[in-house]
Amino acid sequence: MTFEIPNLSLALPEIVLLTLTSLLLVADTFWSRTCRDCTYWATQITLVIVGWLVFSDFATQTQVTFDGSFVRDTLSDVLKLFIVVVSIGIFLFSREYLLQNRAYYGEFFVLGLFGVLGMFVMVSAYNLITLYLGLEIMSLALYAMIAMQRHSDRASEAAMKYFVLGALATGMMLYGMSMLYGATGTLELTGIAQKIASGEVDNAVLAFALVFIVIGLAFKLGAVPFHMWVPDVYHGAPTAMTLYLASAPKIAAFAMLYRLLWDGLQQALPDWQGMLVILAALSMVVGSVIAIAQTNLKRMLAYSGIGHVGFVLMGVAAGDAEGFASAMFYIVVYAITSVAAFGLMISLARAGMEFEEIDDYKGLNDRNPWLALMMLFVMFSMAGVPPFIGFFVKVAVIEAAVNAGLVWLAVLAVVMAVVSAFYYLRVVKVMYFDKPVETSRLEPISTQLGLAVSLSASVLLLFGLFPGWIMELCYRSLGLSVVA
Amino acid sequence: MIALSDYLVFGAVLFMISMAGIFLNRKNLVLILMCVELLLLAVNTNLVAFSHYLNDVQGQIFVFFILTVAAAEAAIGLAILVLVFRHRRQINVDDLDELKG
Repeated sequence: MTFEIPNLSLALPEIVLLTLTSLLLVADTFWSRTCRDCTYWATQITLVIVGWLVFSDFATQTQVTFDGSFVRDTLSDVLKLFIVVVSIGIFLFSREYLLQNRAYYGEFFVLGLFGVLGMFVMVSAYNLITLYLGLEIMSLALYAMIAMQRHSDRASEAAMKYFVLGALATGMMLYGMSMLYGATGTLELTGIAQKIASGEVDNAVLAFALVFIVIGLAFKLGAVPFHMWVPDVYHGAPTAMTLYLASAPKIAAFAMLYRLLWDGLQQALPDWQGMLVILAALSMVVGSVIAIAQTNLKRMLAYSGIGHVGFVLMGVAAGDAEGFASAMFYIVVYAITSVAAFGLMISLARAGMEFEEIDDYKGLNDRNPWLALMMLFVMFSMAGVPPFIGFFVKVAVIEAAVNAGLVWLAVLAVVMAVVSAFYYLRVVKVMYFDKPVETSRLEPISTQLGLAVSLSASVLLLFGLFPGWIMELCYRSLGLSVVA
Repeated sequence: MIALSDYLVFGAVLFMISMAGIFLNRKNLVLILMCVELLLLAVNTNLVAFSHYLNDVQGQIFVFFILTVAAAEAAIGLAILVLVFRHRRQINVDDLDELKG
């Protein structure tokens, strides 16, 4: 038996991220008294280094290491870069929120970095074990982060709910994975794909395994009927955590969907396509209709997130490379929009005034026209109004669905997009046409944050005016030439 | 000789018990944490059984990873449980209803 040293250079970003995060965990215990901002800046520098490492060695072909359990391809690198960019934004906004709420602990940033590590592993997983480990590294960090605001009753309840349902989802998915292992005799995604293609696999067992895997994925993504936890967790968690939860992990969840369903179970397409169509249709309907009844902005955005997941699943349900590319385009843009939306809430929130209720935004235009305009950008982009980027992503997934013959689903998606426009526009109406309760001028809690909000919201318009490059990036990484 | 199907049925029964425990139990949060552990053990039973009958060691390696992660998960779960208890002085499942709508 020989011992082969795996090609470590492919996993360099992950190795560096893990090392720096572990160092930071130790350093933070010394820094917590003397230099409170050090952990924050070290976090941002770590992310920049890791992003640069991914970028400098950008993969143009598929390379596999660690005995086929770790993959580096264009898709993984593109998704990792987006995760890094989104995370930098998340930490930027979180810092101010934590300062305001006297919860400024270095652990938040360290746990956040571990979460990013988990996402990286998920994105590059090529084996059921690595996929599971990546998912758990991310989830365990998220459970702890939600519970971090110790004095908040709501946060502990949200953490408990998220923990139980998250663990349940992982359990379901693992049960499906064990069945898949039994049916194919291997844990490697490529091995599973080959085995299914050879036709030696019992179809009944495969379908049984798929049901559990898809249920687990749906739980993690928050798709109807497995969405019960999403509004409660978004609402109960501190806004900085909701911001984290609603953006970067969604990109990682898409990667998991892609690895399992496309790299591993592509041959079983007819089995999973039907399930995803149902999930997509239900998510779009429930996400759009129930959001109308919400008075709390965080809850409303939670339901709107469920609706957006429905659109992503519609792209995936198309069941071809174009469908996955459009879904990836959608999820990346959704993550950026989420950062802008929750970042705006954070920039308005003050101790004792959370700016969570939609009524808090009454007459925002009179109190601060610029921030109201930024909120308008976010809401229009989410509703899918051209020329914002939200319009182009909706067009992309609907086009993919139509090309795959799912015309009724595409029609439903358009109808639901119109329904959801109602509650996005209601926020705009409240801001511009309602009388403010307080008339005092409202400034963002810091100039730095005001700039960050302006940047992240105007990006939605800017990307919408030039949607080509980001779309090209997504379609390229799935080996497609660009259509638009 | 015990057949593969016997192990699978055993795993499925464990899985069912834990599901029932999570969804039917309205009294105690500790019970939910126990059921989550049981769920993972059901998976482990399956994996070990398959691994033995397929003559393939990968499944058993997977089991080690699951056991390790389950320990970490239990630690975080219990920590959150203590947090909930500190706020409410009880751990009744039905009382986790502050967030709804």
